[in-house]
Amino acid sequence: MALDLLTGTREPTGAPRATGARARRVASGALRLASLLVAVAVGSFALVSASPVDPVQAYVGAEARSLSPEQLAQIEARWGLDEPPLTRFLAWAGNVVSGDLGRSQIYGEPVATVIADRFAASLSLMALAWLFSGVLGFGLGVLAGATRGRVVDRVLTWWAYTLASAPTFWVGLLLLYVFAVSLQWAPVCCAAPIGTLPGEASLLERLHHLILPAATLSVVGISPTLLHTRQATIEVMASDHVAFARAQGERRAGLVLHRVLRNAAGPALMLQFASVGELFGGSVLAEQVFTYPGLGEATTQAALRQDIPLLLGIAMFTAVLVFVGNALGDLAHRWADPRLREAVG
Amino acid sequence: MSTVFAGDRPALRALASRRTRTLVALALALLVAAGIVVAGALASAPAAVTDLTERNLAPSWDHPFGTDRYGRDVLLRTLVGLRLSLVVGLVAAVLSGVIALVLTLLAVLGGRPAEAAVRWLVDLFLALPHLVLLILVAFALGGGTTAVIIAVGLTHWPRLTRVLTSIARETVRSDYVAIARALGRSRLEISRTHVAGHLVPHLLVGTVLLFPHAILHEAALSFLGLGVDPGLPAIGILLQESMRYLSEGHWWLAVLPGLGLLLVVKLVDRIGEDSRLLLDPRSAQL
Repeated sequence: MALDLLTGTREPTGAPRATGARARRVASGALRLASLLVAVAVGSFALVSASPVDPVQAYVGAEARSLSPEQLAQIEARWGLDEPPLTRFLAWAGNVVSGDLGRSQIYGEPVATVIADRFAASLSLMALAWLFSGVLGFGLGVLAGATRGRVVDRVLTWWAYTLASAPTFWVGLLLLYVFAVSLQWAPVCCAAPIGTLPGEASLLERLHHLILPAATLSVVGISPTLLHTRQATIEVMASDHVAFARAQGERRAGLVLHRVLRNAAGPALMLQFASVGELFGGSVLAEQVFTYPGLGEATTQAALRQDIPLLLGIAMFTAVLVFVGNALGDLAHRWADPRLREAVG
Repeated sequence: MSTVFAGDRPALRALASRRTRTLVALALALLVAAGIVVAGALASAPAAVTDLTERNLAPSWDHPFGTDRYGRDVLLRTLVGLRLSLVVGLVAAVLSGVIALVLTLLAVLGGRPAEAAVRWLVDLFLALPHLVLLILVAFALGGGTTAVIIAVGLTHWPRLTRVLTSIARETVRSDYVAIARALGRSRLEISRTHVAGHLVPHLLVGTVLLFPHAILHEAALSFLGLGVDPGLPAIGILLQESMRYLSEGHWWLAVLPGLGLLLVVKLVDRIGEDSRLLLDPRSAQL
C-alpha cells in the first residue's frame, strides 16, 4: 500500500468503471431492501397473527357484553378475520404494494397518515438528539483519545460506560424531575402548551417542549460514539504518520486538527447513522416519559391497544428507516475516507 | 513479550497479580449478584406488606429507599425487582447464547449456502429497531412475564452470531486448517478440534455481555406496559408507577430503583469484562 503510494502505481479509477460500480451497488442495495422488506412483512404478519389476543374483543372491549354473537361475527367478517391467514396476508400485502397500509383502529385514520403525522413530530426530536449526541460524542471522544490515560480521559470513559448501562427511561425521569418538576425550566409533557394544537404552537414553544426528550435521547446516545471515536483517535495517534508529524514539531492541537479528525470522522459518521434503530427505540421510551405525541408513542399505543394494522405499518416503516440509516452511514464513511472509494472499484 | 518468556520476574509477577486481582473482583461481583438474588427471594413476602400509616415517606433509616403510596418499602420492592431482572437476564442470555451457537455451527458445518442463510437471518433480525422487534414478539406471545422472557431471549442472538461466524470463518481460512483438510480431516473433525477452541471463550463472554442488554430491554418493555405482569414489582413497573408521583415531589420512587438497576447492569457488565480478561489470552497481557 505504502509502496503503491510512493511509486505512484495506483490503479487509475476510470469514470465509466466508477459509475458502473455505483450502479451495481445501488441495484444490489435495492434488491437487499426488497428482500428484507418482504421478509419483515411475512415475519411481522406471522407474529401478530400468532397473538392469542382476539382483536375483535380488544376492539369492542367492555362493550362486548352488549353485543350479540352475531354482531361480533359481523365485525369479524368485516375485518376479514374469518378468512385463513394466508388469504388475509395476501390481501394485506396486495394493499401495501399498492400503497394502502390499512386503517388504524385507535386513531381512526389511514395508517399512512398516522405514521406521516407522528413521524414528523418524532423526526424533529430524533434529529435534534442525533446532532447533539453526534457532535458531543465525537468531540469528547477525540478529547478522550488525545488525552489517553489522563484524568480527563478516565472521567469521560467512566462516564460513557456508566451511561451505556443506564436505562433510557430512567435518565428521562431524572431529567423530568430535575428540570421540569423541581426547577420548572421545561414543560412536563406534550409537544405544545396545553390547550393549543401542535400546528398553532410557535417554533420557540415547540423547541421548549422538545428540549428534555431530546436531551434524554442524546445523553444516552453519546456513549457508543464517544467510545468508538476515542478508540479510533488512539489508533491514529499511534500511527506512523502522526509520529512523523510529531517529529517535525507539530503540537498536539495541530496533530488532532490536521491528522486525527478526518480519520476518526468516518467510523463515527457510520456509527451515528447506523444507530438510527437504537435512536428510534430510545424515542419510544423518551416519548412515553414525556407523553410526546410522536411515532414512538404511537408504537406503544398500537401494541397496548391491539391496533394490528398500525403495528404492521410501523414495523415496515421502521425497517425502511433502519435500512436508509445504514445506507447513509456507508455513503458517509465512503465520503470521509477516500481509500474506501478506491478499494471498491 | 519475549522478556516474559525470558523469565523477567517483575513482569511475571505483575501478570500474576493482575490475574489474581481480576479473579478476586470477579468472585466478589458474582457474590454480590448471588446476594441480590437471595435477598430478592427473601424480600418478596415483606415487600408486599402494606402499612397505610407509613405512606409516601421520604428515605430514612427505617426505609432507606422510602415508601410508596400503600406504605410498602421501596428498598424491598427494588430488591425483588432486581432479582427478577437478573433471572430474566440469565434465562434470556442463555437462550440467545444457545441460538447463536446452533446457528454458528450450522454456518460452519453446512458450507456456503448455510452460511449465506445464517447471514441473511442475522440481517433480517437486525432490520427492525430492536425495541420494535421486541414489542412485536411480546405481542405475538400475548404479553406477560413468560412472553417477555422469551421475547428478550429470542432477539439477542444476531450480533453474537455475527461475531462468532466471523471468528469461525477466519479460523477456517487459516493455514493449519488448510493443512488439516489436506490431510483428509472431515469438516466435523476440523470444527471440533480447531474451530471450537476459538469459539468457546467468545461464546461464554459474549453470552455474559448479552445480560446487560437483556436486563435493560426487559425493564424497557415493562416500563411501556408491555412486559411483566403489572402486579410484579419489576424495576420497569416501579418506574412506570413512579411517573404519576413525580410531580408531587416523590423523587425516591424513580431515582433509587433506577439507580439499583444501573448498578446491577454495571455489575453484570463487570463480570463479563472480567471473564473476558481471564479467558482471552490476547487481552490477558494488556
